[in-house]
Amino acid sequence: MKNNKILVFFFSLFCTVSGIAQKEEEKKISQEFEFEIAAEYRYFIDEGQFNGQENHYPSVSFQPEYALDWNKGYESVNFKGFLRLDKDKERTHWDIRELYYQKAKGNWELNIGFKKVYWGVTESNHLVDIVNQTDAVETFDGEEKLGQPMVQFSWITNKIGTFDFYYLPYHRKRTFPGEKGRTRFGVVIDKDDIAYESGAQEWRQDMAVRWKHYFGIFDVAFSHFYGNGREPLFVFDNLGNINSFYPVINQTGIEVQVTHSAFLWKLESIYRNAKAQKFIALAAGLEYTFSNINGNGLDIGVLGEYLYDERDELALSALQNDVFFGSRIAFNDTQDTSILIGGIFDIEKSSKIFSIEASRRIANSWTAEVEARIFNDVDTNELILSNFKNDSFLRLSISKFF
Amino acid sequence: MKRVIFLSIALLGVLVLNAQTPEERGLQIAKAAEKADLGFGSSSVELKMTLKNKNGQTSERFLSTKTLELTEDGDKSLIVFNSPKDVKGTSTLTFTHKIGSDDQWLYLPSIKRVKRISSNNKSGPFVGSEFAYEDLSSQEVEKYKYKFLEEKGSLLIVEQDPVDPKSGYTRRIVTYNKDKGYRIEKVEFYDRKNSLLKTLTYSDYVVYKNKFWRAGTFLMVNHQSNKETLLKFSEYNFDVKLSDEDFSQVALQRAGK
Repeated sequence: MKNNKILVFFFSLFCTVSGIAQKEEEKKISQEFEFEIAAEYRYFIDEGQFNGQENHYPSVSFQPEYALDWNKGYESVNFKGFLRLDKDKERTHWDIRELYYQKAKGNWELNIGFKKVYWGVTESNHLVDIVNQTDAVETFDGEEKLGQPMVQFSWITNKIGTFDFYYLPYHRKRTFPGEKGRTRFGVVIDKDDIAYESGAQEWRQDMAVRWKHYFGIFDVAFSHFYGNGREPLFVFDNLGNINSFYPVINQTGIEVQVTHSAFLWKLESIYRNAKAQKFIALAAGLEYTFSNINGNGLDIGVLGEYLYDERDELALSALQNDVFFGSRIAFNDTQDTSILIGGIFDIEKSSKIFSIEASRRIANSWTAEVEARIFNDVDTNELILSNFKNDSFLRLSISKFF
Repeated sequence: MKRVIFLSIALLGVLVLNAQTPEERGLQIAKAAEKADLGFGSSSVELKMTLKNKNGQTSERFLSTKTLELTEDGDKSLIVFNSPKDVKGTSTLTFTHKIGSDDQWLYLPSIKRVKRISSNNKSGPFVGSEFAYEDLSSQEVEKYKYKFLEEKGSLLIVEQDPVDPKSGYTRRIVTYNKDKGYRIEKVEFYDRKNSLLKTLTYSDYVVYKNKFWRAGTFLMVNHQSNKETLLKFSEYNFDVKLSDEDFSQVALQRAGK
């Protein structure tokens, strides 16, 4: 629970900063409070591969949100908390997803505190997105993130695009599933056992910058990150011991999207450079949407992406030379019903991962979600994926919004 | 003397009008309507959308909209969803163009992602309502071909044919009120098979800054599905003094949080 002390420290720092800011401006203030409770049931079809793993995982999560705006919305304080209770003690976790002060004026915007930012354009893999640590126990697809302490300064220009500068004073470790958890490795990884290459450890002062612009149908971004990597590196020595640590990395990223009629052409790629490892990775593909097919709002999108990672079998995502095919179906009805079906196919091996995600609103303040992920014919030589070969699951979730 | 000149100009005007083809007069009315609304600069408004299905069951959405007027190219707009709560903060940023496709970005607050989206889907329904995307986008003169149909007192009725083949309509019959700043009273939409699809009626008009007519109520009735969508506008603000920076991708994320 060492992290908690740090969270408290940032919280008090943050309250002081926002307290000062509030005195300066005494105009109209508006505030909003919201609360989401979600009940979830995950059923793993096969018996666990490792001791302690179970089949049924009921779980519940709570997500409070609070926002305070003033100065016509140009200044605000925003909070989003998260708590999950689960059978796996590592998946039982809480987090400050967001707690930041924001001020915008003319062509700049400043954010101080815990915040989440997203970089990237592709759908099946998120290579460029590096600012926030992945909340790896929350979802398998890695789209949930932990709140990252930061100072973010954005400078907006009409002619040469938007520049974002990030000062990231603290690194957050990735949490891995515990003994009872699914989608884990044979050895239970305790996040505190993973060390740092940097002597400053989690307090290494990291930096990032991103430039983004658009020219007609082209949206382009370049980014660079210098600091503690978000992915731990596992190094195997001759005796079979695993040495794991967060390396200091330089990562350069590029994102391109071309939006032409109903086609979206997408590319994102990274070059990551650390003492122990240098590699490139790439995701590229397209999305085409047949819209309003039945004259009643039905949209069907088809997606195809190619995924490459030079790390080969050491890629934590296991997406080293794969293709993704998918379809996004949106009914555009009053309940916002939508379905995303996909499959990731390894080009060299037999491994496949199929997935389906569907969601729908019920009445005005409830939503229901169904998710399934099927690990099919996983090659026994897969270093990472072979650990998950028995982890096909079905997930049902109901959320209530207050 | 002044009066004589005025009268002669008016007479001359009538003569010129009579010499016009229906196409020319239709275009002239559309241009007059555009001109009557020039110079608002920027505005913001709150919007309540009530969707009613054929059994009379209703559901509601609340949105906030900001608009920036541009004269050389189409307007910029930012729409934010405030309810239902599961989509709260979902926002769109649209740069309309007089000629060619609009540029559009979508912000998804749950994953903090800004996505450039295709503006190709014009005929599809906006969030399950009876309004298509093209009904709600900035109405630029260049997007239609015109044909004047008839004059009934102060009402001018004009047929508008969409230039874009991706439009869901063959034509729209638009009723302007020339005595009230060329405000639109009613639009009838004809589908691709040229049968009457929808009627949009504007009411509860208020004139802002002595010039800009804005309807407080839009009622869209779909004659083929018997569904309805009612839009209620409130808190119109023409003094927000918005600038280009309020319509950037950074502002899009700020609006949705």
